[in-house]
Amino acid sequence: MKHLLTTADLTRADAISILDTAAQMAATQSREIKKLPTLRGRTVVNLFFEDSTRTRISFETAAKRLSADVINFSAKGSSVSKGESLKDTALTLQAMGADAVVIRHQSSGAPHTLATSGWVDSAVINAGDGMHQHPTQALLDAYTIRRHLSGERRDARDPAAAPLAGAGLGGDLTGLKVAIVGDVLHSRVARSNVQLLHTLGADVTLVAPPTLVPVGVEAWPCAVSYHLDEVLTDVQPDAVMMLRVQRERMSSAGGGFFPSPLEYTRNYGLDRRRLAHLPDHTIVMHPGPMNRGLEISAEAADSPRAVIVEQVANGVAVRMAVLYLLLAGDMSNQVPAQNVSSQKVSSQKAGHQ
Amino acid sequence: MTSGPVTPSSGPTFSDANASVPDPVEVLGATEISRALTRIAHEILERNKGGADLVLLGIPTRGVPLARRLAERLAEVEPGLDAAALVGTLDVTMHRDDLHRQPPRVIGSTNLPDGGIDGRVVVLVDDVLFSGRTIRAALDAISDIGRPRAVQLAALVDRGHRELPIRPDYVGKNLPTSLSERVQVRLAEIDGDDAVVISQPGPTGEARA
Repeated sequence: MKHLLTTADLTRADAISILDTAAQMAATQSREIKKLPTLRGRTVVNLFFEDSTRTRISFETAAKRLSADVINFSAKGSSVSKGESLKDTALTLQAMGADAVVIRHQSSGAPHTLATSGWVDSAVINAGDGMHQHPTQALLDAYTIRRHLSGERRDARDPAAAPLAGAGLGGDLTGLKVAIVGDVLHSRVARSNVQLLHTLGADVTLVAPPTLVPVGVEAWPCAVSYHLDEVLTDVQPDAVMMLRVQRERMSSAGGGFFPSPLEYTRNYGLDRRRLAHLPDHTIVMHPGPMNRGLEISAEAADSPRAVIVEQVANGVAVRMAVLYLLLAGDMSNQVPAQNVSSQKVSSQKAGHQ
Repeated sequence: MTSGPVTPSSGPTFSDANASVPDPVEVLGATEISRALTRIAHEILERNKGGADLVLLGIPTRGVPLARRLAERLAEVEPGLDAAALVGTLDVTMHRDDLHRQPPRVIGSTNLPDGGIDGRVVVLVDDVLFSGRTIRAALDAISDIGRPRAVQLAALVDRGHRELPIRPDYVGKNLPTSLSERVQVRLAEIDGDDAVVISQPGPTGEARA
C-alpha cells in the first residue's frame, strides 16, 4: 500500500490490518505521554482545497502524535487563490520534500491525479474528494462498529457497558447490519462506507428519498430503501449511520431534492420515536458536522447510543494507523502481494542487520 | 522434547540446489529451556531480595510467553506472589530505529499490570538478545509509560554481536554465533514445541528476512 485513495482498493486483509493497527494506536492515546517517536523526521502536508475542521485537525493530531512535522496548507490565503494549478502546487510540495500529502479537494479524482501523475513521490492520502471517496472516515466508522458490535451484544443504552479494550481485534464485520440514512447522493462518506463495510462482510442498507439516491446505485454492493421506518422494523440494523444533509451542495432550502426540511425530518430524521424502536444494542453514528433537528434530533445525538464523539477520537487512531502503515516502512523492495502475515517472519531475531 | 534436527516452519526450505547448507541444529530442547527459566527465576528473586515490586514485561512476540513462564516460577518460589499480576507486555515497534529499512511491522499490544510500573523494578524479557537495538527501543518505550525504580534484562539466549552498550542481567544460554546464522526460539505457546535452533542462511541471504 503506497497511497490510500479509495476503500475499493482495500482487501479484507488490508482493512483488518489497518483496524488492528488503529486499535494499538488508540491504546497509546490513553497514556500520559501520547507522543510516539515513530515518524520522527518525516513531513506530512495537509493540502486542503475545501473547508474542513475535524478531518484536518484529526490528521494534524495524528501526524503530531507520531512526531511527524506537519505543514498545513489551505487554498484560502495561498497561491491557489491567485490561480495556481494543482500541478504547480504539487511540484512546490515535492520541492519541499513532503513524505505524505493529505489532500482534500472539491473535485472527485484530484487525489488520484496527484498520486498517479508523477508530480510527487510522496504517499497520497485522500481526505475527501468531491462526491467520490473519504476512505479514512469509512475506516474510522468500521473501527467504531467493530469495537462496539463484535462479540457479545451489549445494551447500547447503558453508558456503563462500554466495550473492552482491544474488542474485536483481528475480526471483521461479518453478519452485522448497517443502515446508512440520508443524503447518499452527495455523500463521499456513504460511497466509501458501502465499499469498505461490504469488504468486511457487513450488510449495508442505504435509506434515502429517491431524489437523494445516486444514479447507478444498483451496481453498489448494498440494498436500497426509501422508507426509514420499514428498514428499522424489518432489517433491525446493528448500527444506524445518519448522513448530513449537504445543503451547501444544494441550491436553496431543499434544493428541489425534498419539499421542505420539516418533511425530510418527518420521513428520514432520527427522532425520539425512531430511537425507541431500535434494538437494544444498536449504536447511532454520524460523520459530522450534524444538522441537529434536521437529520438527527438532539435527543438522538445526545443519547447513550450515540457514538458520535467517540468516532472523532477513533478518527485520530485510524489516521495514525494509516500514516504509520504508509510512512513507517520501506516499500521500495516490497512485493505488491505481500501482506502483513508474511511480515511476521521479519520479527524473528535472525541475522537481518 | 524433540530430538534431532528441526526444520523451522517459517525458515527457508532446503532444496537439492543448496544441499551443501547444513541442516538446522537444535541447541536447546524443552528441558534445557525449562531449567534455564527456573534458574533465571531464582536469580531474579535473589538479586531483588524477593518478589515485591517486581514487574515482568515481555517483548512481543516470544518474550510474552517467556515472561508468563518466569512469573509462574516466581510465584511457585515466593508464595505471596500472584503470577498474573506480575506480567505485562511491552510493544517496542513504534520506538525502533530500523522501521524505515523494512516493510511496516505489525504493532503488538502493550498491557501493564495493575499499578503500572512507577517506582517498581521492571524486568524486560525477550527471547534472543542480539544487536541490543530492541532493548534500546524498549527502554525508550518504558520511559513513555512510566518511571520504574530500576530496569533489568532477562534473555533466553544471548547470541552476541551487540551494537549498543547493553548487557543482560539474566541469560538462559550464551550462544556464540556468526553474524550470518539464524537463531530461532520456538515456544510451545506459539510454535507448538520448545526449542532453540541455529540454522545457516540460504545462498541468497534469506536470513535477511
